[in-house]
Amino acid sequence: MNALSLKKGSSRKSAYNLKNTTGDTIETHTLAVLVDNEAGVLARVIGLFSGRGYNIDSLTVAEINHEDNQSRITIVTTGTPSVIVQIKAQLARMVAVHDVHDLTVEGPSVERELAMIKVVSKGDNRVEALRTSEIFRASVVDTTLESFVFELTGTPEKIDAFVELMTPLGLVDVARTGVAAISRGL
Amino acid sequence: MSKKMTGADMVIQALKDQGVDTVFGYPGGAVLPIYDAIFQQSDIQHILVRHEQGATHAAEAYARSTGKPGVVLVTSGPGATNAVTGLTDALMDSIPMIVLTGQVPTFMIGSDAFQEADTVGITRPCTKHNWLVKETDKLSETIHQAFHIATSGRPGPVLIDIPKDVQFATGTYTPKAKAHVKHYQPQVKGDLAAITELVELMESAERPIFYTGGGVINSGTGASQLLRDLVKSTDFPITSTLMGLGCYPASGKNWLGMLGMHGTYEANLAMHGCDLMINIGARFDDRITGVLEKFSPNSKKAHIDIDASSINKVIHVDVPILGDVAHVLEDLLKVWKSRGRKTNSAAVKKWWGQIDEWRAKKCLSYTNSDKIIKPQYALERLEALTKNHPDRYITTEVGQHQMWAAQYLGFEDPHRWMTSGGLGTMGYGVPASVGVQVAHPDALVINVAGEASWMMNMQEMGTCTQYNLPTKQFILNNERLGMVRQWQELLHGERYSNSWSESLPDFVKLAEAFGGKGIQCSDPADLDDAIMEMLAYDGPVIFDCLVEKHENCFPMIPSGKAHNEMLMGDASTKDAIDAEGMTLV
Ligand SMILES: Cc1ncc(C[n+]2csc(CCOP(=O)(O)OP(=O)(O)O)c2C)c(N)n1
Ligand SMILES: [Mg+2]
Repeated sequence: MNALSLKKGSSRKSAYNLKNTTGDTIETHTLAVLVDNEAGVLARVIGLFSGRGYNIDSLTVAEINHEDNQSRITIVTTGTPSVIVQIKAQLARMVAVHDVHDLTVEGPSVERELAMIKVVSKGDNRVEALRTSEIFRASVVDTTLESFVFELTGTPEKIDAFVELMTPLGLVDVARTGVAAISRGL
Repeated sequence: MSKKMTGADMVIQALKDQGVDTVFGYPGGAVLPIYDAIFQQSDIQHILVRHEQGATHAAEAYARSTGKPGVVLVTSGPGATNAVTGLTDALMDSIPMIVLTGQVPTFMIGSDAFQEADTVGITRPCTKHNWLVKETDKLSETIHQAFHIATSGRPGPVLIDIPKDVQFATGTYTPKAKAHVKHYQPQVKGDLAAITELVELMESAERPIFYTGGGVINSGTGASQLLRDLVKSTDFPITSTLMGLGCYPASGKNWLGMLGMHGTYEANLAMHGCDLMINIGARFDDRITGVLEKFSPNSKKAHIDIDASSINKVIHVDVPILGDVAHVLEDLLKVWKSRGRKTNSAAVKKWWGQIDEWRAKKCLSYTNSDKIIKPQYALERLEALTKNHPDRYITTEVGQHQMWAAQYLGFEDPHRWMTSGGLGTMGYGVPASVGVQVAHPDALVINVAGEASWMMNMQEMGTCTQYNLPTKQFILNNERLGMVRQWQELLHGERYSNSWSESLPDFVKLAEAFGGKGIQCSDPADLDDAIMEMLAYDGPVIFDCLVEKHENCFPMIPSGKAHNEMLMGDASTKDAIDAEGMTLV
């Protein structure tokens, strides 16, 4: 349960203030949650968020240690500072959860997301789509005479920008993985 | 030494290894192999309830009155869904309980089989943890883990769903000592620096108060003893939540009574005016705090809790101490003593002067009558006639009678008071009295009930008769859903929508029909004799105490108000709650 820093002043206000809390700043945090890779564990985590009214902006999950049977869930969430503290405490006390890391406050971290983007176009638009993809270092993973599927990895913002540029060029479908994140350095 | 046995036998073996002597349950198709195993042994007694909800509340009360976890065994589908209220109740009140449910065979799961329900899905949010066991080899280890999780850290209910083929199949038994439980080990020792910080605040505090809760009781009798030592040596005042009653004796000189929505004047005003609030095992529930913005505005707050998510959840505290109450109090006393047992005694004495003024208000006084029994009077008499009983336990239902019981009955020790606090479950009391009486066959067990709540699980009277459980069902019969009626009077313009009890049964005949004794009393002059008759009877009694129908429960902090905006019994209650308060519960 080492993700909990019960520092003084860590939450000035209640996480459950019935009053409108729009005055409080809303922060975005990326949490890495190490869990037992057992049946229902994702439902437990998602159920916690929906049951207590927390936001999930992005969620990814995959087994990372087959021997210890552990998965890593990366959750991007938003809330007031006190709500973020609550979310971490609520996650940490779940029996299936081994560790909670708040990558946003625990020092620098890198975030990446993978997207596949399908663009259907001809003529100039097709040329422009390909040219733009090179600028973004996207790779073409499938092509027909009238379509491309691009694969792009990067920060969510980079993918957003690419999707925006592709929209007038014949974008028809986007598949995104959600964020995976890890701390920098040792 | 690992033995081979069937899953059903494993259940029995694991329960025995965990020291279980009693299981509350109800059979059905999906648990027949386990019931067969129960039939062939005599170490564990099985109490056949009349409804699975009854089994859960009985097990909760068994747990709360013994300090040991309660165990429930029910069938799949409807058996499991009937257990959901009890699971939620136990989760809210942090009661250790292990519920075993039968499930359709593994090869039929997902096929909408007869009496199939997604039990682990349904109960995921109302258990501390739950498991579906698909292999017999894993069953015994899971049961041992379940006991570990239910009883360590903040206690709570767990559920193990056992498909019928897993019960029939043979596997290897894992003994308790070999079960893997290492990864769930909540921190019990508090941080010494934080404890020392609290001691420093205690040394200089001018208006301190201990605000205690169910966590003290869950931490074991040792915690209550340490708390008493601490109160005695510091001479600070102490109050408690509904769930903490008994952790400090009601006859103790520092006792202010319960706090919160129906707490005493002195407890609530002391909370409001204190300069140091020491929360020990309570959780700033909304029934306690009233409106948050005005909650104890000028105090430093310390909070001792085993659950990190309870700290800074509702109220920001200055000194958080994560740990088990008994461990933290032990260290707290050590540090305080080693620093010379200092308090700001002159200021604390002045504080007591203020508190005594509040006490002099006698907030629990009420207008008595010689014609009709006032519910408060009934409880005062019950208290007077039973408080010297060497072994008394009280359970309650939910409503006005519950609050009056908390106000007018005194609890000298922990584990003597079983009530549904967090969930407020009507129908808790009758099965709870069953659970307590099973655990303490020779004790005096009284369920203080309202007539409406009582009827929600009254079928458990049959259980009382079957097992010779001489519980006393003390019904304060106001022919009203009294607490609802009170809110409608205060909040909804006296429009009493569906808040009365019509077509009530004849409780005396009902008692006789169940094989017990029925007593009815309506005259205050007869009350003592009637109570004595109830106490003298060796068997279950339904006591139908006809009381004033329109009595309100005071003091009361209306929703949306602060501790210092309490309504007293004689106050004009019209428009006491404003539009904003009305939307709160
Ligand atoms: C299962 C359940 N349903 C509804 C309620 C809402 N409720 C709270 S108190 C109450 C009335 C209880 O009436 P009674 O048992 O007669 O007690 P009284 O308040 O009259 O003493 C009701 C309906 C509840 N707490 N639990
Ligand atoms: Mg009533």
